[in-house]
Order: sequence, then structure tokens, then C-alpha cells
Amino acid sequence: MTVRVQTEDFDVGLEINQLRQSRKDIGAVVSFVGLVRDLNEGDEVSQLTLEHYPGMTEKSLSSIIDQAKARWNIFDALVVHRVGTLQPSDQIVLVVVSSAHRGDAFSACEFMMDYLKTEAPFWKKEANSKGEHWIEAKSADDMARDRWNIEK
Amino acid sequence: MKIKLFYFARLKETLKYSTEDLELPDESFTILKLKALLAKRGDVWGQMLMGKLKVRAAINHELVDDKALINDGDEVAFFPPVTGG
Repeated sequence: MTVRVQTEDFDVGLEINQLRQSRKDIGAVVSFVGLVRDLNEGDEVSQLTLEHYPGMTEKSLSSIIDQAKARWNIFDALVVHRVGTLQPSDQIVLVVVSSAHRGDAFSACEFMMDYLKTEAPFWKKEANSKGEHWIEAKSADDMARDRWNIEK
Repeated sequence: MKIKLFYFARLKETLKYSTEDLELPDESFTILKLKALLAKRGDVWGQMLMGKLKVRAAINHELVDDKALINDGDEVAFFPPVTGG
């Protein structure tokens, strides 16, 4: 179980290979990569700056992995989240989950992203031709998280 | 009691504070009571902490609600709803 917050980019292939090498009974690896889009609510985005709460961020991401482990049969999980200034098409976040079968890895990966988006202390500030503004939290993200408490 | 306070994102920018040490009376102090106390500083403090904007709080790196009790030596943080990922 690994959690990293960093300014540097990450190599998805390298991260998956490292996670795979830990054991031979892995039958499925699911990964999610979040990217900076060049368009948000109709405005062209020139850059995105991510701030976080050092200490709480790592704790919160570790707790999300623990909750996923308690819920599904997964072997390993990795979360890498970038902070600092990013440009359109840059990678922001990586979640990788390994398990024996695909079902657990798919569900755990989606669950972790839904929780990360609503509970991990990161904040995005967007810059476009009109200036800079903080991104508002979306209720759709809260709903995406809350559905995990109903279905399984 | 003494606590350490942190502000993040829009709150940090508007309040022009990232962190401060605060001495509170030794009585049961909730997050709501602390917000009301800080709001008395006036101007943007009231708008940011007791206004229309949603504010989330953490005590010692755990998300908490307005009823949570603050203890001596706690690290308390105020910030907007999170927008990572």
C-alpha cells in the first residue's frame, strides 16, 4: 500500500510494473489516471495549481486504501497525486489496484477515486484568459461517493 | 488551552493567514464556537467562516463537523470543500 504526493510527473507503466512484481497470484490490475483538461465549463484552461494539506493528505489517502481493503479482496493499492502547477493534458492522479480477479480491482479503484475526490484535502485553482479562480466542489462528486453506502 | 490553526485554499488567500497559534478559554470548545469567535474579527473573517460559503474543518488531520470538541494541543484546520483528483 503506497501513497505519494509529489510535484513530479509519474510513469504509469513503471508504477504498474513495480506493483505487479510484489507477488505472482495477481490476476488483475486496474488503474485510473486523471488528467488536466483544456476546457472547463466553457472556458479555456491555461493552467491548474493544486494545493494540499501536508500530513492530512497522506493520512486521508491511506485511510481510503484501508477502507477499500476492508471491502474488497485486493492485494495492493497505490495512489499518486500531484501538487503544484500543471498544464492541460498533464497527469494529476494515479490509482492502481491489484487483485486475483477483475471485479474487486474495478470496484476498489472506482471507490477510491470517488472518496479521493470528496475527502482528500486537495484544492484546484484554475487560470484562464479571464484570470484565476478556485474550482468549486461538485455535488455530483458527493453523490458518486454516497452511492457506495447503498450498493455494494 | 493552546491550539494551532491552519487555513487552506480560498480561506488562506482571503484571510491572508496560513497558520496561527491561538489561546482559547479552558472550557468545552466546539468547531462552531471557534468559527463564531474567529468571525468576530470582522470583515472577511465573518464572510469566510460564518457566511454562505461551505467551510469544512479538521481536527488533528481528521474531517469533523461543527459539533466536534477541540482539546488542548489540537491542530485545527479550516478549508473549502475539497476538489482534488
